[in-house]
Amino acid sequence: MTDFHTQTLAELSRGLENGDFTSLQLTEALLQRISAHNDKLNAFITITADEALAAAVRADAARAGGSAGVLNGLPIIHKDIFCTRGVKTSCGSKMLDNFISPYDATVVAKLQQAGAVVLGKANMDEFAMGSSNETSFYGAVKNPWDLECSPGGSSGGSSAAVAARFAPAATGTDTGGSIRQPAALTGTVGIKPTYGRVSRYGMIAFASSLDQAGVITRSAEDAACMLGVMAGFDERDSTSIDQPVPDYTAAIGKSIKGLRVGIVRQHFDVGLEAETGARVKDAIAMLESLGATTVEVDLPNLDLSVPAYYVVAPAECSSNLSRFDGVRFGHRAENAEDLLDLYCRSRGEGFGDEVKRRILTGAYVLSAGYYDAYYLKAQQVRQLIADDFKRAFADVDVIAGPTTPAPAFKLGDKFNDPITMYLNDVYTIGANLAGLPAMSVPCGFVKDLPVGLHLVGSHFSEATLLQCAHQYQQQTEFHQACPEDFQ
Amino acid sequence: MSAGWEVVIGLEIHTQLATKSKIFSGASTAYGSEPNTQACLVDLGYPGVLPVLNKEVVRMATMFGLAVNATVARRSVFARKNYFYPDLPKGYQISQMELPIVEHGEMFITDADGNEKRIGITRAHLEEDAGKSIHEGLDASSGIDLNRAGTPLLEIVSEPDLRSAKEAVAYLRKIHTIVRYLGISDGNMQEGSFRCDANVSVRPMGQKELGTRAELKNLNSFRFIEKAINLEVERQIDLIEDGGTVAQETRLYDSDKHETRSMRSKEEANDYRYFPDPDLLPVEISDEFIAAARAALPELPAAKEQRFVSAYELRADDATILTASRALADYFETLVEATDAKPQIAANWVIGELSGALNKDNKDIGDSNISATDLAGLVNRIHDNTISGKIAKQVFEAMWNGKGSADEVIESQGLKQITDNSAIEAVVQKVIDENPSQVAEYRAGKDKLIGFFVGKVMQETRGQANPGQVNQVLKDLLKA
Repeated sequence: MTDFHTQTLAELSRGLENGDFTSLQLTEALLQRISAHNDKLNAFITITADEALAAAVRADAARAGGSAGVLNGLPIIHKDIFCTRGVKTSCGSKMLDNFISPYDATVVAKLQQAGAVVLGKANMDEFAMGSSNETSFYGAVKNPWDLECSPGGSSGGSSAAVAARFAPAATGTDTGGSIRQPAALTGTVGIKPTYGRVSRYGMIAFASSLDQAGVITRSAEDAACMLGVMAGFDERDSTSIDQPVPDYTAAIGKSIKGLRVGIVRQHFDVGLEAETGARVKDAIAMLESLGATTVEVDLPNLDLSVPAYYVVAPAECSSNLSRFDGVRFGHRAENAEDLLDLYCRSRGEGFGDEVKRRILTGAYVLSAGYYDAYYLKAQQVRQLIADDFKRAFADVDVIAGPTTPAPAFKLGDKFNDPITMYLNDVYTIGANLAGLPAMSVPCGFVKDLPVGLHLVGSHFSEATLLQCAHQYQQQTEFHQACPEDFQ
Repeated sequence: MSAGWEVVIGLEIHTQLATKSKIFSGASTAYGSEPNTQACLVDLGYPGVLPVLNKEVVRMATMFGLAVNATVARRSVFARKNYFYPDLPKGYQISQMELPIVEHGEMFITDADGNEKRIGITRAHLEEDAGKSIHEGLDASSGIDLNRAGTPLLEIVSEPDLRSAKEAVAYLRKIHTIVRYLGISDGNMQEGSFRCDANVSVRPMGQKELGTRAELKNLNSFRFIEKAINLEVERQIDLIEDGGTVAQETRLYDSDKHETRSMRSKEEANDYRYFPDPDLLPVEISDEFIAAARAALPELPAAKEQRFVSAYELRADDATILTASRALADYFETLVEATDAKPQIAANWVIGELSGALNKDNKDIGDSNISATDLAGLVNRIHDNTISGKIAKQVFEAMWNGKGSADEVIESQGLKQITDNSAIEAVVQKVIDENPSQVAEYRAGKDKLIGFFVGKVMQETRGQANPGQVNQVLKDLLKA
């Protein structure tokens, strides 16, 4: 068997079940593939080969013993933001380069219980702050479709790894688009569920009220399978919501006939690259041909989402990252003169520029005299945006549009221009501010680079999003295209 | 205090809530363990961990709110107070800022003129404690013990209604009593379960505006609080009278040197950048929850004190003493229940001998060597004339030293009172026979000598003769 990498999670699962191959064979093959090709991409921070092989052996034994979980023996990758016991969990930062987590995140534990085999920890923007994966202490990740381009961020290692067929699925996190934007730029599927759907316990916090764990795969079917395992209430996360998890895999097979698809006029105004817009319009036409109806909806406050986000997210990050002080774990400056010096130098040396920029912005908007004008105002705007979505979802089931304004950009192009970089998230941020589920589905190519269709649903409508994406993928082959260097 | 000046004091009391586990984690709150053995990953502020509210603290805060006649907020919000310090693992303390759980309460104290005075309670909010920095015994470095990190605190903030150090202490004692009555704190000041900061200012008598205040920290005993406040008041008055001005600052009280010194000025104060903690949902409290907390409220000190006066006919000051702690009041009531003697007699024993013995051995009522029912056994023997009050003290001491129950001690030491008239007559006759000159003097009209004869009889009977009977028999036989 040499074509493991071409198969989806669902296909590999059937192969294991039929006894066509073992998890050990599968794991060895993918580890070999990773070791052969990862240098081109820099998708990993840590490759956990030994742990993966041991887990594969256990999975094979479990299957032989008749106790195979849903993901038994199936290889996946974790974004390096999820704490994994006994393994370095760096969050893409020098600050945590020496941090071995003593515990597993809930997401990690759940996937492990389902039998998944973890191949490694994916590269990412430092502390998930970035849209290009260039802020990583471990260097930028390259886009398998064009090695000079960014794979997006912050889950850039996850998206590149899945696009390069290193594994059929990788976890990610999404605070302002960090799953969906990289998925779009690498021709993969990425879903960010409803805020509270997946536990945040053990996921290193960037902006607590916006962060949500999700997954990057090649097919919506695989995303449904992964999400089914990851979702659910966790008593260790007070913001996780106690609501039953539907059978996503069962839901996706249904026709989308009669599905009401909302189109936001502002999405197709200024800022959207023409060809990208054309691919998205084609995708919407495809949904119509499958029986969906389109309705124009209005999100009047959408243009405020980026500024509101860049107040709320830095504010929370400035506080969340205070624990990295060089005292108990992580980077600690040597020969500090006194306590203040220890703090200043440990943090000064441990954090990169983008993280510092956001901590400073966040501390500023929360400080006495500015709180009302910035933080409080941003929270009010956030409520307006949530209300806009609520009104829109009275008339439609999903809102469809572009995931990004354009296909992947060249590494280095926007790195020194934070504002332009931030605007890359203009279509995705609204879902985070409103806590809504959203996903990106590959919908074509612009100059040989993939672009994505963005779908947003009302709270807890993941099944509808996955169904819509799956039905679309039954008619299209964009998600099956493989970058030339990674056939 | 210098004449012409009015003192204005407000207190911030941090009381540790008596939960088994911490406010946002499952780690134990027990005091005195090896450093860092009772701090889990949540307390250590590890990457990725999240706080989960211990619901017990909400119940405790609600009970406190009801007990001080306050408004218990149907919705309160945890906020982050951001600052860096090694004993603060997350770089922020989870507290409550804009929407505390308790607001607008009150407490009544007795002022210097003996009048009841209302002290407003601005608010009480829930928060987590920090750890401790350890500087002793470490060479050129500091240690951090995070066992205390995450311990639940209720911070109780008073209005600036207190007008003297004495009033401040009276108020503090009332709060101390009430938290222990409610069972929400052990109130142990040595272990830091009950701590107090005082905001102190002075102003010329009659002036409306408040003077600039200094915040006094590190006040960890009732005695120190009174001393520290008086010291600070003197310092401020002297300063102003010498033409200076009081700076707004935080001052630390040093009990060894008996001085306060500046810790940090207002300019150096942190901007804590409070904002609602996005990891925690707002605390929503239902009417049912409040009703249940109200139903679970014990009888409060003021009500108990009144009842002790009306139901047991105790002297008012004795009722105050006996109700100062719920355990003492319970002890007293168990004693009263088990004895036929008047409650005031029982009260005298508790306030007198028992409290004396407890103080001497530095014990709490809960650790008393003599249980309430055992003490009732002793009081009953006085009541039924088996022993005199004087012998009873001897019996009490034997009981305290573990020599058995009142009856056992009386029996084994032969302390039973002599009430047999003929036996007393025999002794009295012996004393008369042995002291002819005193008898003659008495009979010649020197009545005072009766005391001499009583003493002799008691000496002969080792104090066991019934004093009333001795008196009567002496008078009868001396007459002859």
